[in-house]
Amino acid sequence: MSTIATLQIGEIGYISEESLDFIPLKLLEMGCLPGAEVQLLQIAPLKDPLYICVNGSHLAIRVETAEQIKVLKIE
Amino acid sequence: MANRPIKVALIGNPNTGKTLLFNQLTGLNQKVGNYPGVTVDKKEGISKLSGTQSAIIIDLPGTYSINPTSIDETIVLKTLLKKDIKESPDVILVLADVENLKRNLLLFSQIKDLEIPTVLAINMVDQMQKKGISIFLSVLEKELNTEVILISAKRNEGIKEVKEAIIRCHVAAKASPLCGINHKIDPDYFAKLKEISPSHSLYELWLMITQNNFPETVTSEEKEDLLAFKKDISKLKKYQHKETIYRYQEINKILKKTYIVDKSKASDLQSKLDKIFTHKIFGYFFFFLILLVIFQSIFDWALLPMDLIDGFFAQLSELAKASFPEGVFTDLLTEGIIPGIGGVIIFIPQIAILFLFIAILEETGYMSRVVFLMDKIMRRFGMNGKSIIPLISGTACAIPAIMATRTISNWKERLITILVVPFTTCSARLPVYAILIALIIPDTKIFGFLNLQGLVLLSLYTLGFGMAIFAAYILHKILDINSKSFFVIEMPNYKLPSLKNVFFEMVEKTKAFVFGAGKIILALSIVLWFLASNGSSEYKNAAEIVSKMEVNRGISSEEMDKRIASFKLENSYIGMLGKSIEPSIKPLGFDWKIGIALITSFAAREVFVGTLATIYSVEANDDDVTTIKQKMASEVNLETGEKRFNFPVGMSLLIFYAFAMQCMATLAIVKKETKTWKWPMIQLIGMGVLAYISSLITYQILS
Ligand SMILES: Nc1nc2c(ncn2[C@@H]2O[C@H](COP(=O)(O)OP(=O)(O)OP(=O)(O)O)[C@@H](O)[C@H]2O)c(=O)[nH]1
Ligand SMILES: [Mg+2]
Repeated sequence: MSTIATLQIGEIGYISEESLDFIPLKLLEMGCLPGAEVQLLQIAPLKDPLYICVNGSHLAIRVETAEQIKVLKIE
Repeated sequence: MANRPIKVALIGNPNTGKTLLFNQLTGLNQKVGNYPGVTVDKKEGISKLSGTQSAIIIDLPGTYSINPTSIDETIVLKTLLKKDIKESPDVILVLADVENLKRNLLLFSQIKDLEIPTVLAINMVDQMQKKGISIFLSVLEKELNTEVILISAKRNEGIKEVKEAIIRCHVAAKASPLCGINHKIDPDYFAKLKEISPSHSLYELWLMITQNNFPETVTSEEKEDLLAFKKDISKLKKYQHKETIYRYQEINKILKKTYIVDKSKASDLQSKLDKIFTHKIFGYFFFFLILLVIFQSIFDWALLPMDLIDGFFAQLSELAKASFPEGVFTDLLTEGIIPGIGGVIIFIPQIAILFLFIAILEETGYMSRVVFLMDKIMRRFGMNGKSIIPLISGTACAIPAIMATRTISNWKERLITILVVPFTTCSARLPVYAILIALIIPDTKIFGFLNLQGLVLLSLYTLGFGMAIFAAYILHKILDINSKSFFVIEMPNYKLPSLKNVFFEMVEKTKAFVFGAGKIILALSIVLWFLASNGSSEYKNAAEIVSKMEVNRGISSEEMDKRIASFKLENSYIGMLGKSIEPSIKPLGFDWKIGIALITSFAAREVFVGTLATIYSVEANDDDVTTIKQKMASEVNLETGEKRFNFPVGMSLLIFYAFAMQCMATLAIVKKETKTWKWPMIQLIGMGVLAYISSLITYQILS
């Protein structure tokens, strides 16, 4: 199963419903909701953090958080 | 007759332009003494809404919701939950960013549920066309059940309408919840919660239990009942998640009818710029380039105004001396106060330039990119990407920098950042560095354009920063604090900085620095001057003793006067004090006069220059007009016959000032932020010992 951490730069996924319990409240409030489209924009030089765009918000999160959030990819 | 002023709290997501709107509304009617920038504390100002009605506007830190995870966000929650008459706002002005309306409305929906009269202002409408956004205002107002105003704080558009809406909203005093959190999630549960206290809104009660924050307005029985709800933590968590999703569903429904984005029109400058600024190599390259430009300009641009100010104060002293009758008062003025104040005023150009650059970096949104680039590195040293902001703004002043650590939610990372920030080169060190560098480093250019003095200054900044990082690493290894961290930062759109915001920030911070330092210097120079012009019996009989000692040497009367003056200083109270610590600082290359400056510098570093100015002018012959720099340059070490401020002594002093904790205001703010004297004391002693040893080594190697 892919997570935000396994996306390639530029790739888009949709946050899966089952991740809900693993998304910190703060991130939810910033728009990182189940069902939302998430795109990986950039990876920091030392592979962490990740720069994503979700629900119109541009956010940087750490890999440890991104690994918890499963995404569905459409081929 | 004028009405009682309306209390208006300004609330919104970070970076929505609250501070700019605050500046537009209040102009210069602000309470100073608070540090703006990225706002981390409350700040109040008065605004005239109409002929008869004024308002107290409260600028608050930005927050994404009222479920706080860090100290700055907690301030917002506390302001909202306080229901006593004095503190609580009458009207809440929610400021939203037109480009991120959906996320901004989440906070709005929470505020609305608190049932306080609310106005919504949507900011940055100047960007709408460029981003292809259109809004159906009347439908939106109806759906949100709130008056909505479109404004552009930057272009000063819609400000009058905001003022009118605040008055209308206050008069109507109408407040109704927007979503109502109860029905969809668990009707029974929330019905029971509401029964506990009829005088509070349901959402308030919900916040009290989820945030564990009980205002004085709840009775002790109510509190007990509320605490019973807190037992099932996992249920609370689950409901909070559900609540957020439910809110977003409602917001989506509303926005579908009222907010349209034509993506084809949107230009994508952000992603293009981010490709460069967050790039593996170019990202760091630009970061260091920006830092280099800042430090070069501090030295180059500021040179001319500084020379002018220096000359001006020398003239002023001379003028005062000529126009007032000779006596104690004139001496105090010309030898104590004027040189002391001049010693600080002279650094206004450099400090203002520094504040200007920091304000621009914060305003444009570039700082978040630096956080992104540095997070992984900073974590190795027990800090957080966000620590980079205090470490950079610490170059201006450690006090706002320590306040800025409030955005770091992890306690250990925050504590380490607070402890190491005073190593960064603050503007109070600048006066000391600048004068010492000018004395010991030749004013030449290398490669034809790099100012050598500027480079030395840059290396001192690097040294301070390096020591901060190193100390953080040590603390990371020895501090045994367990705190789980979660990290997220928004990467806001790049924005052209608002001249108004940048200008206000620069002026306000410079003003705070000058007045803060000015007060200390004024007081200290009076005390110093008194101690330097009074003394033991030797002091009083100086003329006699010296002429007896020198009687057969045949020196000129001018030379004789000089000898008498220095003998007097040595036997004054301050001279005795300096002499008494001389043995312990001699290995560092310092004499008793520098020792006096070290003692006074414990109040604040910038006093160093003023102290030496006072001491040297007490000693100097009456009729020579010289600047502080010239006075220091001509000071001679009597034992070796060499210049007092030669290379080894200068370097040793530089190192001492780089490491020592010499700022009472910083110690006080660390106490305030960590809530114990333990940490400031550790800073004071640890940094002091480090400074002493490093200076000792420097001097012994170089001399
Ligand atoms: N284009 C445009 N930019 C704006 C407008 N209002 C504010 N800005 C810019 O938005 C940025 C953030 O402004 P601030 O006033 O510092 O925002 P804030 O809400 O106080 O930020 P925090 O204190 O961090 O919560 C600045 O670069 C402003 O120049 C506007 O109406 N139009
Ligand atoms: Mg602000």
